Amino acid sequence: MLLVIEQFLNGLQLGITLFLMSAGLTLVFGIMQVINLAHGSFYMIGAYVGATVAAASGSFLLGVAAALPAAALCGMVVEFVVLRRLYEREHLDQVLATFGLIMFFNELTRIIWGRQPLFMEVPLWLGGSVELLPGLVYPVYRLAVIGVGLAVAVSLWALFAKTRLGMQIRAGGVNRKMVGALGVNIKLLYTLVFGLGTLLAGLAGVMAGPILAVESGMGESILILTFVVIVIGGIGSIRGAVAGAVLVGLVDTLGRAFLPAVFRMLFDSSTADSVASSLASMAIYILMAAVLVVKPKGLFPAHS
Amino acid sequence: MTSTLRKNSIVASGGLLLVILPILVSWSGHDYYISLFSRILIYGLAAVSLDLLLGFSGMISLGHAAYVGIGAYVVAIFFHHASEMEPLFTWPFVLEGSENGLLVLPLAVLISALFALVIGSLCLRTRGMHFIMITLAFAQMLYYFFVSLEKYGGDDGLSLYSRSSIPGMDLGNDIHFYYLCLGSLLVFIFVARRLVYSRFGLIVRGCSNNERRIRALGINSYSYRLALFVIAGAGAGLAGGLLANQTEYVSPGLMHWTLSGELMVMVLLGGLGTLFGPVLGAAVFLLVEENLAMYTEHWMVYMGPFLVLVVIFAKRGLFGLVAGGENGNE
Repeated sequence: MLLVIEQFLNGLQLGITLFLMSAGLTLVFGIMQVINLAHGSFYMIGAYVGATVAAASGSFLLGVAAALPAAALCGMVVEFVVLRRLYEREHLDQVLATFGLIMFFNELTRIIWGRQPLFMEVPLWLGGSVELLPGLVYPVYRLAVIGVGLAVAVSLWALFAKTRLGMQIRAGGVNRKMVGALGVNIKLLYTLVFGLGTLLAGLAGVMAGPILAVESGMGESILILTFVVIVIGGIGSIRGAVAGAVLVGLVDTLGRAFLPAVFRMLFDSSTADSVASSLASMAIYILMAAVLVVKPKGLFPAHS
Repeated sequence: MTSTLRKNSIVASGGLLLVILPILVSWSGHDYYISLFSRILIYGLAAVSLDLLLGFSGMISLGHAAYVGIGAYVVAIFFHHASEMEPLFTWPFVLEGSENGLLVLPLAVLISALFALVIGSLCLRTRGMHFIMITLAFAQMLYYFFVSLEKYGGDDGLSLYSRSSIPGMDLGNDIHFYYLCLGSLLVFIFVARRLVYSRFGLIVRGCSNNERRIRALGINSYSYRLALFVIAGAGAGLAGGLLANQTEYVSPGLMHWTLSGELMVMVLLGGLGTLFGPVLGAAVFLLVEENLAMYTEHWMVYMGPFLVLVVIFAKRGLFGLVAGGENGNE
């Protein structure tokens, strides 16, 4: 039972990372109608900048403080230079151009930081573990990640539902021309939204730094999981991103942890292990296919 | 009229060049180029099959490499079982391994088509961005499936000890193999052209412009689009079967989404919706990769921005630039 709770927390923590990624991506999809494959690159930029600054200064917080503006700035530059020209184009053009951006950013990090992965240390004040329940010890750092993610989710909700800026962003997604006619600088607004999305991706990257290795191409594996989240949740919907992220995080983590044991009860050990390991890695895709059969627009479609 | 003439003469001279290429190469003494050009033809075949989806029906599949991978694995798995003298399965009937090209290559096509049928029937329930992401996710699913398939090498892949055998041909000979690839490519382009300009093609192209009207005519657009998706998958499967023979090695990397992206790049570079263009695109992409890689290991840092520039400024691709004429979807 304790193991189940621990794995549940791990799944939640993966879900939180996925939420930070998918919140930005789903905004860009939903509001600007742009498919951005390069979103994973900003996750990678956040992780690299965070790891470098943290290692140089010795302070994890400084690393985070450097990673966020770096990712946001890179995002806004990319929006200004490339994506802005693609809003009116077909999805195919957007896919190809952002694929080109992935190649560029991956190779650029290899040139700057080399091929060896970087490792980031958990800061001392977040090191160690706490005993949540008798016998259940859990790392503080992972709990902190979960906490930060929840805080971001609440503040995003407040931003969109309660502020004037949020209202303008939502309106821009519905009718761009009308919002422009009402005197809102819609181009600047789009650049800001894009920057906000990449800032969240950078946050996800720097928080994943101490858990995973920081290496070139790390953005793509999380990007594809993020796509699964968005498809399950429904494009353009923050609520869908929350639900999809938690669902995918839990299914993936729990599947990897418990499917082998379940299969070992049913089959002999060698077949069980191979079947279980392939099923576990395919589980989220099967989940996605199932959701699509029932609800082709995802669980919480944005404009339903 | 002149532009059609110009286009036809470019295609004809390109075809002629490919036919006599082995003679030129063996005359110049750089035999290595034969296998490079076989690779170009194979990637060209995969890119042409993707062009059917991208250029004619507006279905943006970001998982096309999956079918290349399936085709390759079919050839490799049959070969593996033939060399281990162990049947693939014994129930409900006994299926022995094989290295007969006349058996395994059609099987590669068939099984890829079957996968395309199943995956396509699910993906085509969605449109636009959903379709892009779902095709991508299914390809990744197959990728992870083969990574965890320990019996066939898992992550490390599977080596073949020789190429398939076809009566009357020696596929181990690079020139023979080159002509097999060229033949496959030409046949597929011929079929694809006939298809695209037939009634079937008209409907599929109509769907990408205005699906509602096509439906209003009483046509079940879903099954037409699915049929095209399956044909494209079959073409990619053939390319995969040939690729397994060419490199004598398969790995899950063949299904990785970066390969899907590269195939897309080839189609775009060559010219969307031109069928001949993607071959040109494959040639340019692989030759650029080959040459830039000689000067710098960081060739992608140049290729990426170049790609962005092509997307923004040269939408018609290279084939459109040289051959002129109408854009895409003629």
